[in-house]
Amino acid sequence: MWIELKRIYKMGWQSFSRDGGTVIANIFILVLTICLITSIFLLRGVSQFIISKIEEKVDVSVYLKEEIPEPEILNLKEELSQMTEVKSVKYVSKEEALEEFIKRHKDDPVLMKSLEEIGTNPFLASLNIQAAASAQYETIVAFLTEPDFENLIEKVDYYQRKPVIDRIFSITNSMENVGFLLSIFLILVSFLIVLNTIRLAIYNLREEIEIQRLVGASNWFIRGPFLVQGIIAGFIAAIISLFIFTLSCWILSPKIEFLFSDLNIWKYFTQNIFIVILIQLATGIGLGVISSTIAIKKYLEV
Amino acid sequence: MIIFKNVTKIYSPNPPGGAPIIALEDVSFEIQEKEFISLVGKSGAGKTSLLKLLLAQEKPTRGQVLFDGQDIHKIKPEKLPEFRRRMGAIFQDYKLLPSKTTYENTVYVMEVLGKSDEEILRDVPKVLEIVGLSHRSHNLPAELSAGERQRAAIARALIHRPKVILADEPTGNLDPYNTSEIIRLLLKINEFGTTIVLATHNKEIVNSLGKRVITLEKGRIVRDENRGRFIL
Repeated sequence: MWIELKRIYKMGWQSFSRDGGTVIANIFILVLTICLITSIFLLRGVSQFIISKIEEKVDVSVYLKEEIPEPEILNLKEELSQMTEVKSVKYVSKEEALEEFIKRHKDDPVLMKSLEEIGTNPFLASLNIQAAASAQYETIVAFLTEPDFENLIEKVDYYQRKPVIDRIFSITNSMENVGFLLSIFLILVSFLIVLNTIRLAIYNLREEIEIQRLVGASNWFIRGPFLVQGIIAGFIAAIISLFIFTLSCWILSPKIEFLFSDLNIWKYFTQNIFIVILIQLATGIGLGVISSTIAIKKYLEV
Repeated sequence: MIIFKNVTKIYSPNPPGGAPIIALEDVSFEIQEKEFISLVGKSGAGKTSLLKLLLAQEKPTRGQVLFDGQDIHKIKPEKLPEFRRRMGAIFQDYKLLPSKTTYENTVYVMEVLGKSDEEILRDVPKVLEIVGLSHRSHNLPAELSAGERQRAAIARALIHRPKVILADEPTGNLDPYNTSEIIRLLLKINEFGTTIVLATHNKEIVNSLGKRVITLEKGRIVRDENRGRFIL
């Protein structure tokens, strides 16, 4: 068994090192495929980052009645925070709301004058609530409109914002779905390209396979070296792809960060480096082995 | 050792708008151990089909081919490699592995059989010496002459000491000098006790051998003589 494995490995390595042209073509196709799949993974990360940034901008504000004391508001905040549907709750006091207003409109003399004329702080304290998912806003709002809270809450601005919220979430959902389908399609196409390349390479060796069968080689003894070649080619292709991506992410990261603030592709890449290596090795070796197995099957049946 | 029992081989039995190709028709004969048999006949007489049936490359349409009492065509596909290891085969087009050197082509059979590295190191140089190819050990088939390629093929067929060697037109591509060299080698192998089945249409070879000759014509055996001659 051990001696057979050693020989299969030796033969695989021998064919790999002697068959330069075909090997380079196979590695090239594998590199393209691995790069495509790694790009899909990285783009998915980027799109999820963009989607979460958009979703962060969505919230529902609950304005509280003027006379409600702060501890009661904080109680409500606490209660809301414990709901599984709620991702975050931010309390904005009357004073903070006023400060924010002044900060935003300090250059507008008309507004500033109006505020002066009112004489008191006209703003209400509010709770800004973010839900974990778009569908959960309904549940949160239903909870807040229960009779228990009637004395606390002045108004919930959900119904005015609902169409915008729904729209944003439907766009981000479609983005995710289209991305997912596109990824599946591209992975399938690349698999077919690799399969065909390896099939052609093995087709050229059909006579050699026939000779091996005639001298009494078992199917494993014939198939083994092809699998070894597939593994070596996949491994080399994964290393090349890793090098390409490390270099591209390192060079492009500052430029991307300049275009989309907070989006640090180098950081994302290095944080996920083990997943990237795993994806590249699994794609390279997996595709090499699966394609060789499928391509050679036909010649081993007779 | 080898028995053909009423063997018929028809290629494409029901071709649309044509007649079936009958390669062998009701062929029966027996080969004893250590025999040297020449199968003769014109091209298309059925010689290659007969050898293909023996190597289990083809199945007979009717009849049985027995090797040591075992029906070759009832061997399960996963057991076929084991069966083929009991034979050696030589072909007109050599069928050497093009990416392996002479030495590696010979070693391949030993590796298939699971022989140890020591046995390989001991036997392969010896066999290459017998066929006169020691100086070409590390050359690829493409770098060898036709005669050398056929001798490399003989080394490969011989290395594992099979009970029988099937030679399908082994001299078809060779000049007279190399032809006689190959035949001399086959006779030597036969003297060591290996059964040889030689398919050829080379009259001079057959007549010079003075061994058993089976003559095929249109898929039928028309003559089977000990110390036969090439008569067509």
